[in-house]
Amino acid sequence: MNRTTERLYNGIVKENPTFVQMLGMCPTMAVTTSAVNGLGMGLTTTVILILSNMMISALRKVIPDKVRIPAYIVIVASFVTIIQFLLEGFVPSLYDSLGIYIPLIVVNCIILGRAESYASKNNVWLSMFDGIGMGLGFTIGLTSIGIFRELFGNGTVFNVRIMPEQYEPVTILILAPGAFFVLACLIAAQNKIRMQRAEKKGENSLVCERKDGCIGCTNTLCGGREFEGTQGKEVSK
Amino acid sequence: MNLFLIAIGAALVNNVVLSQFLGLCPFIGVSKKVDTAAGMGGAVIFVITIASAVTSLIYTFILDKLDITYLQTIVFILVIAALVQFVEMFLKKKMPPLYSALGVYLPLITTNCAVLGIALINVQKSYGFLTSVINGFGTAVGFTIEIVIMAGIRERIEYNDIPESFKGTPIVLVTAGLMAMAFFGFSGLIK
Repeated sequence: MNRTTERLYNGIVKENPTFVQMLGMCPTMAVTTSAVNGLGMGLTTTVILILSNMMISALRKVIPDKVRIPAYIVIVASFVTIIQFLLEGFVPSLYDSLGIYIPLIVVNCIILGRAESYASKNNVWLSMFDGIGMGLGFTIGLTSIGIFRELFGNGTVFNVRIMPEQYEPVTILILAPGAFFVLACLIAAQNKIRMQRAEKKGENSLVCERKDGCIGCTNTLCGGREFEGTQGKEVSK
Repeated sequence: MNLFLIAIGAALVNNVVLSQFLGLCPFIGVSKKVDTAAGMGGAVIFVITIASAVTSLIYTFILDKLDITYLQTIVFILVIAALVQFVEMFLKKKMPPLYSALGVYLPLITTNCAVLGIALINVQKSYGFLTSVINGFGTAVGFTIEIVIMAGIRERIEYNDIPESFKGTPIVLVTAGLMAMAFFGFSGLIK
């Protein structure tokens, strides 16, 4: 497997941002009320991730180490603004339904996390594929959660009715509490898998793997176990 | 009266964490003990109120005047990041007791999406200066109420027998979901 396909595999399967790394949970919960919104948000984030990864990678020798985080934020924010205008102009319906979560992509952990851990150390070509892989991984995550919530919460998928007429939709799933419940089950399932794996290897299952990750959200969703102590120092620059 | 309604609406009805999913990271990360949760809540009230005031002024007197409102996302995120650092330095120098109480939580707030979210919501709803500040304050109070309640519940959960795979974040999210359902009860307050 060459390095570009390895990047794609890494982003979509091995380090999938939604299912494995549990990054960017704010947009994941907020926009997955329907499959269309999940797909739209995923693709928007993908485009921004690719562009910002390429730009940051191209500028990695120019940006001084001490001010790298503000510099990354400016780059990401510029791309977010551009994409926001494109969406407003060409896909106004998506723009309306995603609303405030489009500008909030700036503070999405995935983007700054990839900039910090990959794009700032690798060349433009590989960073682009890293962006594509991670973005698609995120898109698949959002779309599948969106499909699940829309199917059981509304009986439709991509606005096409799937469930029979007699099906009584579980409306709570597309409301705010449903997002919490779905995500809780998802993380619980992930914990279960992790524990089984650890048991096979005979290791301590409670050890949390993700120690680096992104700036603001380091370890917060990592079982909430190693939060204190590991946080602060990364953020304070 | 109208301002009062906005504050109540921001704090209880359109709750940041439970209905808009902003600021989930600190909500899950810092809600283990009631006193740390209260500390975080205090820091958030402080920062969001100041940030709402400053971003509102910048929007009205710089961005809107020069007709460059499209730069709002870039300007706001930088202003917020700088502001948090500045507040931290100021408190360290001038108010050491407050700094030692809030200190550790301040840097965590920079990337808290609630702060940017509120600044953007204020602009989106074209709130004036005073309304923005009240909205920001109300939202932050709502956040504090929730994180303190959550910390109280989590201290109790510690003693309960939870399935192994639900320990940690999942049970917190389930609790948050139940809280979100309870907070739906407030939605009748304001039409």
